[in-house]
Amino acid sequence: MSKVLVIGESRDGTLRNVTFEAIAAAKKIKSDGEIVGVLCGDDNLEELAQELIYYGANRVVTVADEKLGHYTSDGYGQAVKAVIEDEAPDAIVMGHTAIGKDLTPKIASKLNTGLISDVTEINEEDGETVFIRPIYSGKAFEKKVIKEGLVFVTIRPNNIPALERDESLSGEVESKDVEIKDLRTIIKEVIRKKSEGVDLSEASIVIAGGRAVKSKEGFDSLYELADLLGAAVGASRGACDAGYCDYSLQIGQTGKVVTPDLYIAFGISGAIQHLAGMSNSKVIVAVNKDPEANIFNIADYGIVGDMFEVLPLLIEEVKKIKAEN
Amino acid sequence: MNIYVLLKKTFDTEEKIVVSDGRIEDDSAEYIINPYDEYAVEEAIKQRDEHGGEVTVVTVGDEDSEKQLRTALAMGADKAVLINTEDDLEEGDQYTTTEILAAYFEDKDVDLILAGNVAIDEASGQVGPRLAEKLDIPFVTTIVGLDIENETVHIEKDVEGDVEKVETSLPLLVTCQQGLNEPRYPSLPGIMKAKKKPLEELELDDLDLDEDDLEPKTETIDIFLPPEKEAGRILEGEIEDQVKELVSLLKDEAKVL
Repeated sequence: MSKVLVIGESRDGTLRNVTFEAIAAAKKIKSDGEIVGVLCGDDNLEELAQELIYYGANRVVTVADEKLGHYTSDGYGQAVKAVIEDEAPDAIVMGHTAIGKDLTPKIASKLNTGLISDVTEINEEDGETVFIRPIYSGKAFEKKVIKEGLVFVTIRPNNIPALERDESLSGEVESKDVEIKDLRTIIKEVIRKKSEGVDLSEASIVIAGGRAVKSKEGFDSLYELADLLGAAVGASRGACDAGYCDYSLQIGQTGKVVTPDLYIAFGISGAIQHLAGMSNSKVIVAVNKDPEANIFNIADYGIVGDMFEVLPLLIEEVKKIKAEN
Repeated sequence: MNIYVLLKKTFDTEEKIVVSDGRIEDDSAEYIINPYDEYAVEEAIKQRDEHGGEVTVVTVGDEDSEKQLRTALAMGADKAVLINTEDDLEEGDQYTTTEILAAYFEDKDVDLILAGNVAIDEASGQVGPRLAEKLDIPFVTTIVGLDIENETVHIEKDVEGDVEKVETSLPLLVTCQQGLNEPRYPSLPGIMKAKKKPLEELELDDLDLDEDDLEPKTETIDIFLPPEKEAGRILEGEIEDQVKELVSLLKDEAKVL
């Protein structure tokens, strides 16, 4: 029977959603294969392992070591490599996150294998598993295959739906001892700069502001709407350059690429570099004073008007429907 | 210090993508230094100015890559190396590029290698970490701060918006993230000087590499454009009514609320 490893990832003690999506991706790659979750950390991996099983993993291998409390490519590299040697998988799937982007090329290089990063769709074509990934910041897509050997991919968050959580599922959780050698890179401190709330790259709704938001305070009202919708806040480069918000919010060719279900752009003109970061969103709403703004060319719904007039009204309307539900 | 920069040329960010026969048309495209690699070039120059040494910019590309290498030299890099694979390789992937670079670095005494964290064309971000693994040196990706104090290196690393303070040592490979620095524009004297700076051109033979060793592990079987979006709906009427209509459309038609 074929076997797929899913390398899990947690943050602040909870698994990231993309890990569950990776399990669904693993099923697409080997529909009848055994799915083995892998979790690294310093402690308390049992409960997280159970979650992986509820989301479709058949079995989970955990590696606990005090050196794995915080992700480093060195530490996780050693742990994951040891599991791969044991399990000899036919495929490996991980999320295309900060950690996934850091860890998977290191492992692929170690194993001398191919790696297809940032996959948004997995299909079966003539008996071959075919991976689709955006290139040129979403201005085009490429269809890729692994020519031979290990199938190794990272998946972009929020594109391959996770399976239903099912508490009736059960599976073995096995803890594996790996001797982690001294780390060459040491994390001294983590500074939380990120605004509260939802992660931009994983958010299903993104509220974004451009230069027309005019101030930091202007962004505060975007947060008000975002909080109501469980959305993340993003920005155009113009808004970041003007100092209205942190560069970590920047969406575009440089910056983050997002593909939420709903993207609402306030006062964003729609420069090609910004569109590159969001044009593959499923539904796009644009609010802009300028009826000629480029953003309207890709918007599904548009309001030509002053965002400072629209935003409070929109907040009120959303409150109403939230109250109805 | 021996500082190296991995550089790739990419389409200009304004470039429209045209696909024919499953390939991207590149005949008339304008190229630039990959924007993230510009941060790497800038940082390399700054570190050299602080600690002394030499900055060598390396690219795996074709004849036309000379233009971007000359730009890096005009910014202030000392030497450039073009590994020209145009005549030898038809296909390649991140594995291929890494093998070529690993062969190049095999006999080099390296202190620091800088690269962009991702190239804006294929956007896989693999080559930096892959190369570090091959050279068996530590790496840190998406850095926004770099401070070298004797053998100790203090790094600030962007992790999806948070900043990690990392301590490590040379030799080291880092990949650069926006926020690290503001890349300079080449000055006119810089441009004049760059014409005389050494640019070494190598082919696979010079690196004792054979095409067979570089067989890519992945294959692109098709490239296509995203489906044309149908024209959207611009709402009309009083702003209050437009907002009401929008919310009901999002709720009932698009089903995203």
